[in-house]
Amino acid sequence: MNYTLINLFFKAGSALRRTARRSAAFARRLPRRIEDAVFRVFPWLAAIFTFGALLFLIGHILVNGVPYLRPSLFALEYNTENVSLLPALVTTVFMVLLSLLIAAPLGLFTAIYLVEYAKRGSRLVRLVRVTAETLSGIPSIVYGLFGSLFFVSWLGWGYSLLAGTFTLSIMILPLIMRTAEESLKAVPDTYREGSFGLGAGRLRTVFRIVLPAAAPGILAGVILAMGRIVGETAALIYTAGTVAQIPTSLLASGRTLAIHMYALSSEGLYTGQAYATAVVLLVLVVGINALSAALAKRIAKG
Amino acid sequence: MRAVFMVSALASILAVALICLFLFAGGIPAIGKIGLPEFILGREWSPGDIPPVFGILPMILGSIYVTAGAVAIGVPVGIFTAVFMARICPRPLYRLLKPAVDLLAGIPSVIYGFFGLVTIVPLVRELFGGNGSSILAASVLLGLMILPTVIGITESAIRAVPEELYDGAVALGANHRRAGFRVLLPAAKSGVLAGVVLGIGRAIGETMAVIMVAGNQARMPAGILKGIRTLTANIVIEMGYAEGLHREALIATGVVLFVFILLINLSFSALRRRGEK
Repeated sequence: MNYTLINLFFKAGSALRRTARRSAAFARRLPRRIEDAVFRVFPWLAAIFTFGALLFLIGHILVNGVPYLRPSLFALEYNTENVSLLPALVTTVFMVLLSLLIAAPLGLFTAIYLVEYAKRGSRLVRLVRVTAETLSGIPSIVYGLFGSLFFVSWLGWGYSLLAGTFTLSIMILPLIMRTAEESLKAVPDTYREGSFGLGAGRLRTVFRIVLPAAAPGILAGVILAMGRIVGETAALIYTAGTVAQIPTSLLASGRTLAIHMYALSSEGLYTGQAYATAVVLLVLVVGINALSAALAKRIAKG
Repeated sequence: MRAVFMVSALASILAVALICLFLFAGGIPAIGKIGLPEFILGREWSPGDIPPVFGILPMILGSIYVTAGAVAIGVPVGIFTAVFMARICPRPLYRLLKPAVDLLAGIPSVIYGFFGLVTIVPLVRELFGGNGSSILAASVLLGLMILPTVIGITESAIRAVPEELYDGAVALGANHRRAGFRVLLPAAKSGVLAGVVLGIGRAIGETMAVIMVAGNQARMPAGILKGIRTLTANIVIEMGYAEGLHREALIATGVVLFVFILLINLSFSALRRRGEK
């Protein structure tokens, strides 16, 4: 990297530290009463801001969107007259199912390998962990860019359901892997020992004893991944494309609900319908996340 | 079966390898042709000119400005909210607020973007003039979007601090709030920092929400009430029609973004490891 840029980073860093030190010194000199007042008031203000913003967001979208939830919005065919969201909804369902079909087994099997088979701390395990962590930090637009380079151009699939599916599968893989790994780890070793003691082999133990015990946690992770697929936009624009009809084959392009929502709001012609679409999208994602949270809670209770 | 499991485990390694390979193979040649200093420090982005000019400094600064704004808003609010949730709020309220934070994290970015477009942008327009799509609008929206990340990680870091520290502080005469802010929060420092770093990563990588409120003009930042284009927005806006060197320059923009994110993730895992010790 360029020297000036590196210098800039260093300067910014030391300036930041200097300000932090100064403000800390300032805070130390602050009279006690002011400090106490700050500590008393600010947490409440911050909490009110955070949850007020959330309530306002949800309320604003519901109030403006619900009146536009008309039957024409759910027409089978999309046209500029009805701006129906049904084709996008169907495409979303396809996208979710297909992506899970790839990512769920891969993520689950990886977790099984890491927890049940691999020696803890072996080089492969560490490498898998590092790569999974890297994957989970990559922003969705980078996935979109990669999908468009690899699946769309290099493999020649064009803008298609399939390209979108594969891109999303890579994106949700670390999430499914991590939740599955945690649920497997949470199964007590006594279960495994009991199973081995009764003469079961490793594979049978995994499938008959460990997996059923870990199932709710694994399912919670899979459902969480569904939520991410439904809400995803940036990774799909240049992989699955934006055609507003139900795709007729795996190699046909189709827009999911989130992309439909983006298209509507950037066209700027159908504000009411955009609000209504936002309501559907919001309810869908919130419902999916709540389902996942409820499952996770059930395990926590045992 | 063991072999099947092992091959599955290789999938994520393969994915990272492929992503690196295709991004770098697609972007590095363009950087070579344009020249690294001209590309990264170039102040002008005019792919339509003859000859075209590809300098992404405006977008790099755009991403940095918007992220800094998001941090300035999201981090203080997030930390105070986290302390509130961990130490101050009454138990029944907590049972309501915890799912609310998860809800905040689960809302798709298009919805945040749309919300920003119909509320924050007009508000900025009315309060400060201009057309509203601006660094300020993007910062406020991103600040809101990184809140759940900052809150979640900070809260669990505060909860991980041994209770003895709190008891000791109170025994020395600190009141409840002071013990929380002066003892527990500093003790949870590396966890809090990890939350902030992860929030920065979110903000830099955020795409759709920023596109909808930031104005997207590819020029050097001209003030917080003027529009800006981020690295992420640059890719999405022009990828649809770009060809040749222009397309490669966009992939190279992705490479720069990717490197930024890798650096941020590295410092995040370093911080977390330090926190675990």
